[in-house]
Order: sequence, then structure tokens, then C-alpha cells
Amino acid sequence: MRLSGCLRAVVFSAALALALPAVAQDLVIGLSTPVTSLDPHFHNLSPNNNVADHMFDKLVHKDAKEQLKPGLAESWKAIDDTTWEFRLRKGVKWHDGTDFTADDVLATLKRIPTVPNSPASFATYTRPIKEAIAVDKATLRFKTERPHPLMPNDLVAIRIVQKKFAESAKTEDFNAGRALVGTGAYKFKEYVAGDRVVLERNDAFWGGKPAWKTVRMRMITSAPARVAALLAGDVQMIEAVPTADIAQLTKDSRVSVASAVSNRVIYLHLDSDRDKTPFVTDKAGKPLEKNPLKDARVRKAISLAIDRAAIASRIMEGQAQPAGQLLPDGFPGTSKTLTAPKIDQDAARKLLAEAGYPNGFAITLHTPNNRYINDEKAAQAVAQFLTRAGIDTKLEAMPSAVFFSRAGKLEFSFFLAGWGAETGETSSPLRALIATFNSQTGMGTANRGRFSDAGVDALLTVAMTNIDDTKRNLMLAAASDKAIGELQAIVPLHYEVSSWALRKGLTYTGRADQYTYAFEVRPGQPVDTARR
Amino acid sequence: MTVYILRRLAQTLLVLFVTALLVFFGLFLVGDPVEILVNPVADETERARASAALGLDKPIYEQFFIFLKNAITGNLGTSFVFGRSALEVIIERMPATLELAFLAMVIAVSLGVPLGIYAGLRPDSIAAKAIMAASILGFSLPTFWVGLLLILVFAVQLGWLPSTGRGPTVDVFGLQLSIVHWEGLKYALLPAINLALFKLSLIIRLARAQTREQVLLDYVKFARAKGLSKARVIGVHLLKNILIPLVTVIGLELGSVIAFAVVTETIFAWPGMGKLVIDSIFQLDRPVVVAYLLIVVFMFILINLAVDLLYSALDPRVRLAEAK
Repeated sequence: MRLSGCLRAVVFSAALALALPAVAQDLVIGLSTPVTSLDPHFHNLSPNNNVADHMFDKLVHKDAKEQLKPGLAESWKAIDDTTWEFRLRKGVKWHDGTDFTADDVLATLKRIPTVPNSPASFATYTRPIKEAIAVDKATLRFKTERPHPLMPNDLVAIRIVQKKFAESAKTEDFNAGRALVGTGAYKFKEYVAGDRVVLERNDAFWGGKPAWKTVRMRMITSAPARVAALLAGDVQMIEAVPTADIAQLTKDSRVSVASAVSNRVIYLHLDSDRDKTPFVTDKAGKPLEKNPLKDARVRKAISLAIDRAAIASRIMEGQAQPAGQLLPDGFPGTSKTLTAPKIDQDAARKLLAEAGYPNGFAITLHTPNNRYINDEKAAQAVAQFLTRAGIDTKLEAMPSAVFFSRAGKLEFSFFLAGWGAETGETSSPLRALIATFNSQTGMGTANRGRFSDAGVDALLTVAMTNIDDTKRNLMLAAASDKAIGELQAIVPLHYEVSSWALRKGLTYTGRADQYTYAFEVRPGQPVDTARR
Repeated sequence: MTVYILRRLAQTLLVLFVTALLVFFGLFLVGDPVEILVNPVADETERARASAALGLDKPIYEQFFIFLKNAITGNLGTSFVFGRSALEVIIERMPATLELAFLAMVIAVSLGVPLGIYAGLRPDSIAAKAIMAASILGFSLPTFWVGLLLILVFAVQLGWLPSTGRGPTVDVFGLQLSIVHWEGLKYALLPAINLALFKLSLIIRLARAQTREQVLLDYVKFARAKGLSKARVIGVHLLKNILIPLVTVIGLELGSVIAFAVVTETIFAWPGMGKLVIDSIFQLDRPVVVAYLLIVVFMFILINLAVDLLYSALDPRVRLAEAK
């Protein structure tokens, strides 16, 4: 029986009408790095954390500028120097309908250090908690050994799972989906390793009904293919837009670009500790009697010789903000007086002459070539600026797998690296990059230049024991002033600007922690926060 | 015959052992996986724990002996990154790569052999010259560039086919395959064409060369004189004779298509083994890289054995060495 033409048209448009609302409520996102596990406590890796945040909540959440806001905990305060109290939100339900209580949090904290075979564990965040008590079903107290002012910041990394799964589930159970019961905006639907994660809406979410009925997160690691998928309409949003495409995408009427300055600073690390450093010689190639990088004036000269504005606009194509300290302005703990220095090659040469190197010297700059945005290109520009100022710089680039292994063994004298402050304030880079290396206390874990100054250490130690936010941030700012402004422990280059591209009609406020949250994607006009 | 197969088996084990040795020590020289995987904020206790958890705190020789001991029971190690058995992680993605490789070979052979034979039978026609020119482009253009071009033209501009990813799969005898239905096949077409281009060009040129050589030989004249139809002369007698070198090349290429479809898989976000192995190399996930290379070497050996046996079946003049 053949349908007449008219009837066929009616049936077709009816089918289309039924199909459209469903399609409009689905969001497909193209991720740039693959997820390795769905167990929220197994591997502390950005893509894993990103997906986990859709299904699980933390006690404390972060907003787009990395400032703390209530999550599963409505409020928190330090009752004394070594005790924190968290009041939990009431009426929160797990995806299976049962109530969320303080016991779930306790079970989660117990599970984290025991996850087997973890390549990057979350135990660093739970270790400061000496004792965790549930005062009642909705109040928790954490006791610490020493004053721990960043307790709420650390708790942003801990996704809360249900007590029964925290006690019995293994990583395989999470990867298979059996244990993926959370309190978050989305429920787990499907996971195909290396390909996609599919989530569906949690209508009973405590934060209000989420916008999208289904979220498909597809892993497309090749940057051009990701852009092509967006332009073809196969995905509605992508992260990590390649810098070379941003100009073209901004002009394209089908898509819009959202950017935000991130918490990652790209900097140059210098060997300021050893008397004999492997990659510094005089211009003829003969070794020098002493290491010029130990002199703060030489480090300052290096900083002044570089044109950060040119690198940000030409090499990074606008996707970078010149940096004068460890975090962009406005982040807690930043100094109000430190700004990104403008290029001044004459001042640089004068400082070098004062330090005893009127003719400069020769140095090798090492850099990874596949880790940070345009890392090798930025390093090439740095090498050229320094050579112009009198320091003949040779460049050696290598894959990050080789680079970090060698850097960790202290094989380099001068190298480019990056640091993302996951706490959203400056104590993170100060402790990791500038504090004196101490394997017992965990200070200077990434201080591969082995910079050491007693004054900075003292400021840092006092700051980290101060529970009062305002006082602590002032002390951290003073520590930055001394470490970067006065002593130039490291040479900050720029802050990375992350960008997302969306089909017209969708909007996303870029996040400083570089996460891509489906529940923050809304219909409307995009806002570019990078310029503020 | 049995002696022949047993000898090949012994050679296989030797090759596998040497491969494992080379990869193990090679990756060890590249760098330290813990440095890559562990969170940079982690302190010494955390690094020591990660090192011990991954078995990297032991000396390299001890790690290798533990690996050999486990390999005999079929356990090729636990992936550092995924925390699951390396073999399981690879086998999970094998159907995707195999079906892409199969589709690519089908396209390459089914188009390449007829086109090559035609170009060999009428070498001076315009069509033959066009085919040969196209085949030069086919093996000189880089896969990376052709793949992106295919996406740009067919997905972005024309919108005929999806740009990236693998389509929905159906369960076929326990395997999850996507190319058995059109929904999944349309996702596989572009990557398969991209992958097939090089092989297609190779097969065209080889088939043409073989055809031009064979068509001058006496048996073809004799078959025509006997009165056999053109189709039978070409399709039965000629084809069988040009297949011998073709089968060797196809066997080698099949192995390389399965093992090294990395570029195509990365461009088209095809969740196969190739993409897995390149990611694992960058992350220094040694168990996955070792397991993958052992599987690939084993597969090449099997294919070579199959080709040798097929060779002797196709050409009655050839005997396997030991069978004399």
C-alpha cells in the first residue's frame, strides 16, 4: 500500500517534530584527552576528574574563577586552629533514591588511601586529616595534626561515593558502571573505553533540574578533527581549541568561542643551587668558574630581556596573558605590586654587566614539545630574545615523557615548564616550585632548580599556619613579592588562556581550572571572560 | 609438514622473547613512568607508594623476570594507567581495529585487482593512464592530510558522512562489530578509505605489472586459441598466476594495516588498538606497549605462515622446504 504524497509529507514532518525536541535536549561534547578510569579515586587526572564531577559531588565546589562555593556542605568554618567543621546539605538523595549522610563522607575518606595500583592517588588530600568524626547525620568535624588552612580547597578534589560502594567496590566495579551511584547532576548510562561516556539527567538533583537530558562526551584527541567535528555539527561543544583556529572560528557564523584565563602559569626554571651547572658555559664553550644563575641580577636580566606581550600576541595568538607572578590578578594570594615586566634589553644588559658578565654567556634551554600550548614555539622565542640580550641560547625540545624524567633527575640548568595551581591560590606554586626542597615535609616537590631562600620559607611557613584567609593571603602576597619581585626565583612568562568553542545558541563561561562541565552549558550568547 | 610447523613455532617463541626484551629495556631507557603519571604536588611518600604499586621500585632485571614468569601463564602485566590487565585493555579494542582493517583491505583488493588488471590489459588507454596517475597520488599523499581532507569535504562541506568516531555496534557471535549494518558502516567508510588508499595504489601497480608480464606468455595464447571466453582466460587463468606475488604483499600489508593504523585512528577518533598504543607510549605505560607489540609480532608471524602455506597451495611448483 503506497502512502499518497500528501500523507507521506505529514508523516515525515510529524516524525521530525517528534524527533526535534529530543535532539535539542542532547548535548554532545568533544573532549581533548581520553578518560582512563571512571573510578573517582583511582587516578588524579583532569579528564577523569572532569567526567566524575558530572556524576559525583564534593563537599566544596569551585566556581568559574576557582573560588570556593558550597557543594554537599552548606557551610564550613574552622572552630580552632586544628579543627574544621562542615555542615552538610539536607535533603540530598543518591541516584538510587537513598539519603546522603555524613557516613558516606567518612566511608569515602577511608577508601581513598586504600585504592590499589593507583598511579596518582588522592591520598595527598586525605593525609592531613588525622581524625574524621560525624557529630550527627549532617555535621562533620575534621581534626588535623597542624593548622591546615586549605582544608576546604583540598576537599574540592574528593568526590563523595555511597558508603556501601566505598566499602566494597573495586575499580573494575566503577569502570563497569555498577558502583557509579552519585549525588551529581547526571547519572551514568554508558562507557566505551577510549571512545565516549554517555550520561543522562538526574531529575532529582539538589541543585535544580539540569539543562540537558543526555550528555555524550566523545574523546577526540586530534585537534583538527575536533574542530572539524564541531563545524560538521557532530558535536556541539569542544574544549582545547587549537590557537591557530581561534581567529577563523570567531569569524564563523556557525560557532562562537569562549575563553578564560586559567590557573596555569608557564615559566622558566633556573638552576640556582649548583656551583657547576651542566648547560651553562662562556660564549666559546669553556666552563665558567661560577654558575651565573645563582646571582639574582642575572635571573632578573633574563626576565627583562623577554618580550612577553609579543609572545602572547604572536606565538600564542592572543591565548595567553603575560605573567609577572604565579597566578593572574584577582586570585587569592597574589601581589598587587607585581606586574608582567615590559621588555627592556638595555636594563638586562646593564644587570648582566653589574653581575660580572658584560659579554654574556652561553646556555641551553630545554623544553617539552607536546605538553603545554605552543610550548616549543614559546621557548624558541625566549631563546631568540635572550640571544639578542647577549646570552647565546641553544634550544633542545623533547617529548614530555623524556623531558620530565630528565628534569626530575636534575639534568637541566634552564628549562620551560608549567604549573596549574589546583587550589586556586598562590600557596600551591609557592610550596611546589619555590620553597626549599624537603622530601619529609613535601615542600618543593617540583622545585627542580632547587631554589632556596630562608626568608621566603619563613613567610610561607607562617602563612600556611594562619587559618584567617585575609591575613594568609597578605603573607602569601609578601612571599611572592620577595620570591619573584626581589629574588626572581623563577621567570614567569604567561598564564595560559583556555578556550572552548560552541555551536551558535549555546554559551559557556570559561573555567579557570580548565574543566568542561556539561551542566554549565546554557543556551544564550557567550561571554568572553579572558579580557577582564 | 609437522616438522615444518614445529620449527616455525620454535622460531616464533624466539622472536617473541627478543621483542619483549627490546621493548622492555627500550622503554626503560626513555624515562620514568612515575614522573609522568604522579600528580606534581605529590610528595616523596606518595611517589614511593606509586612506584611500589606499579612494581617500578624493583631493579629492571627483576621486573623483566617477573614479566616472563607471568607471561607464561598468559598474564602480560597490569597497565599503569588503567589499572587493568594490559591484555584485556588491548583485546577490548581489537574488534574496532580489526573491522576497520578488514573493510580497508576489502576496498583495496576489490577495487585494486580489477583496476590493475584493466590497466595491464590496455596499458595505452586513457583510463589506464588515469588509473596509474591516481595510484601515484594514492601512495605519495600523507595519510594524515588525506584523512583531514576527507573529513573536510564529506563531513563538513557536504555533510554526507559523520566526521569522527565509531558507530553503534551490534553483537555478532560475542564480538561487538559496527560495520555489519549501515548505521555503523557510514562511520567506518571515511577511515577505511583513508587507510585503504596506500594499499589500493600498491595493489593496482603490482597487478598491472604482473598482468603485463603474464599476458605475453604462451599459456594465455594457448587458452585463447583453444576458444575459451575472455572472461575465463582473464578471470581464471591469468588471475591465478598474478595472485602469487599479490598474496605475499597483501599479507604483509594486512599486518601493517592492523598494527599501524595509528594515524587514521587518531584523526578519526576511532577507538582502536593503534590509538591506544600511541597514547601508552607517550605516557610510558610499559605493560600495554609490551603486550601490544607481542600481539602484533605474533600476528605478523601467523600471517606469514598463512601466506607461505597459501603460496604452496597456489603454485604447485613450490614445495615447503622440509617436504622434499
